[in-house]
Amino acid sequence: MRWLLLKDLQILRRSPLQAFLLVAYPVLIAVLVGFAISRSPEKPRVAFLDEIPSDARVSVGTQQLPTLGIDKRICGRVECVRVKSRGEALDEVRSGEVVAALILPADLVDRLNSLSTPNPQVPEVEAIVNEDDPLKARIVNDRLTALLTEANLVIARRIAHEGGRFVGLVVHGGQLKILGQAIPFLGLANTARILRAVRASLPPGPLRDSLDQVLRFTALTRGNLGTAAALLTRLSQPIVADKQVVSASSPPLEVFAIAVAATFTLAFVAILLVAGSLALEREENAFARLTRGLVSPSGLLTEKVALGVAVGLAVTLLMLAGLTPFVPLHWSRIGLWLAAILAGGAALGAAGAALGAAAREVRAVSLLAFMVTLPLAFLALIPSGTVGAGLYDVIKVISALFPFKPALQAITAGLDSSGPSMVSPLIHLLALTVAYGLLARIALRRFTAV
Amino acid sequence: MEAGSGNAVDVLEARGLVKRFGEREALRGVDLAAEAGELVAVIGPNGAGKTTLLSILAGISKADEGEVRVSAGKVGWVPQQAALYRRLTVEENLLLFARLERHPDPHGSVEGMLGLTGLGERRGEVVARLSGGNQQRINIAIGLLARPSVLLLDEPSVGLDPRQRARLWEFIGGLAGDHGTTVIFSTHDIQEAERYGGRMLVLADGEALFDGSAEELREAVRREAPEAADRDFETAFVSFLHHRGH
Repeated sequence: MRWLLLKDLQILRRSPLQAFLLVAYPVLIAVLVGFAISRSPEKPRVAFLDEIPSDARVSVGTQQLPTLGIDKRICGRVECVRVKSRGEALDEVRSGEVVAALILPADLVDRLNSLSTPNPQVPEVEAIVNEDDPLKARIVNDRLTALLTEANLVIARRIAHEGGRFVGLVVHGGQLKILGQAIPFLGLANTARILRAVRASLPPGPLRDSLDQVLRFTALTRGNLGTAAALLTRLSQPIVADKQVVSASSPPLEVFAIAVAATFTLAFVAILLVAGSLALEREENAFARLTRGLVSPSGLLTEKVALGVAVGLAVTLLMLAGLTPFVPLHWSRIGLWLAAILAGGAALGAAGAALGAAAREVRAVSLLAFMVTLPLAFLALIPSGTVGAGLYDVIKVISALFPFKPALQAITAGLDSSGPSMVSPLIHLLALTVAYGLLARIALRRFTAV
Repeated sequence: MEAGSGNAVDVLEARGLVKRFGEREALRGVDLAAEAGELVAVIGPNGAGKTTLLSILAGISKADEGEVRVSAGKVGWVPQQAALYRRLTVEENLLLFARLERHPDPHGSVEGMLGLTGLGERRGEVVARLSGGNQQRINIAIGLLARPSVLLLDEPSVGLDPRQRARLWEFIGGLAGDHGTTVIFSTHDIQEAERYGGRMLVLADGEALFDGSAEELREAVRREAPEAADRDFETAFVSFLHHRGH
């Protein structure tokens, strides 16, 4: 078997372009996928027009709130492109320079203030979007909805805060600032204290009974207003999330991204190399000559899988070494990496052997390997909850039948201790190696037909 | 059938070979025997069953009926299309198969084959750059690395120009004459078979019609197709097949 392995490596060395592509292409794909997964999306560019007069303030009763700072909050979430007019905003959206335009109209604060009047008006902001791409439209809509929700939340919090402060003033008393002047505000607590002092000086009689009624009223009102102040505080965010993690703890996103990149590399190298070199035996008419007593078909399959594992291991480790300066990798866990890469490489190589035995030409096999590997690898990356339950069940079954996902799980576990367990993916990979090996052995019978 | 093999010890003997592909019978009870150092040409039109017969003799296919017996040594097989690794050099190809054949001195065996094929000076060349004739010589040399007592060649001269063909047959003739290797080759070129084959087995539609020397075949053709006897041998042979219902 070692002479066949040496021969395959000689052939690979003799084809520098093919060898380069075999290494460079998966590494490039892997790095791109890794970056796509690990990096948070860039801030979308949004044209922003703020027509609100600088001195406009939201009022609560006789109080004017300080500036809301909605523009700062919005521009913290998106990349704001300041425009001077609605027409300019429209042009920016039409040209595709920005994904949307957000216009805060001049009467926005007036409309907000009208909410506490007998003739309330609905405060509106204007959003202009370009929906030429359904995917982009969905993302922009989601982002706009989130921005408006946040803006509403900011206003609600400010109003609740001011309302709560005002109620506190009614209950406890203090200084009420109106038009820059501090006006003393007695408050219910002080009122009750004064009334109790007055009551003590009064003889029993109808006047004292009336005073007792007023004291009971102030006590009751203070209690209820105290509850109302707490309610106002909670009103701005009545529901908070208490996140409970029920599944295994996940590794850091960057580790997962590296695992995805490594698995992509391993999958492409192992599948393409094994499938291609097996088909090459047929294309070079050497299969029948080899299996006429020189090597058994099973021995030939084992040699091909070993080739895929060896080259896949080398390229994957090279890629991980190349990523080390950019991301922290625990090289002390290299034993686990090797176990995961070897098991993953064997299963992926066996799948490549099944493909290589199914088709007879190297070109057809290469095309088939790409057509099978790419979609199945991407299917394995779809997280639960992002598609319908039925569809996800189908994806789970398909992913379980192809070695990419268990190889990804094993490599993730190998890279980081907080990842999923390595035992079950290794057993899964072993089972797939045997299953695909048997499939390849059966398919090889076609090769012997003269 | 007109004639059988001779009287000396047969190194290869096949009896009553039948091969079916579904409903079609590719071979219908074919017998063949060959002695040491004999050159046997298996001739017949396309689809006669030549490749099927050779693949059964080589052990690549199994006959549905009949048996093949090899009295001594191995059977070497050289497929019609060169079974070589085109990206490896001449020497690397030979060395690989010498190692796979477990030669005690693979490098020595390679030197021997390079001398036999006359390709010593081109040992470092990648096979893909060699001419079809030279590729076929390497193809045969690899077959010989099995140290066979019988060498089976499936249409070895297909695609070669006359000069390459002459050199190839000189090489094959040397194997049979100088090394005592029994060579059985298939061809659909009647003149090539007549020129190089010591004996000829004529197949048509899976049936063995004749087994004997070239002179005996000419006699049979004259006897069964007298109207074509004065014409060239190929035309007379076609008339012979026609008379036999093929």
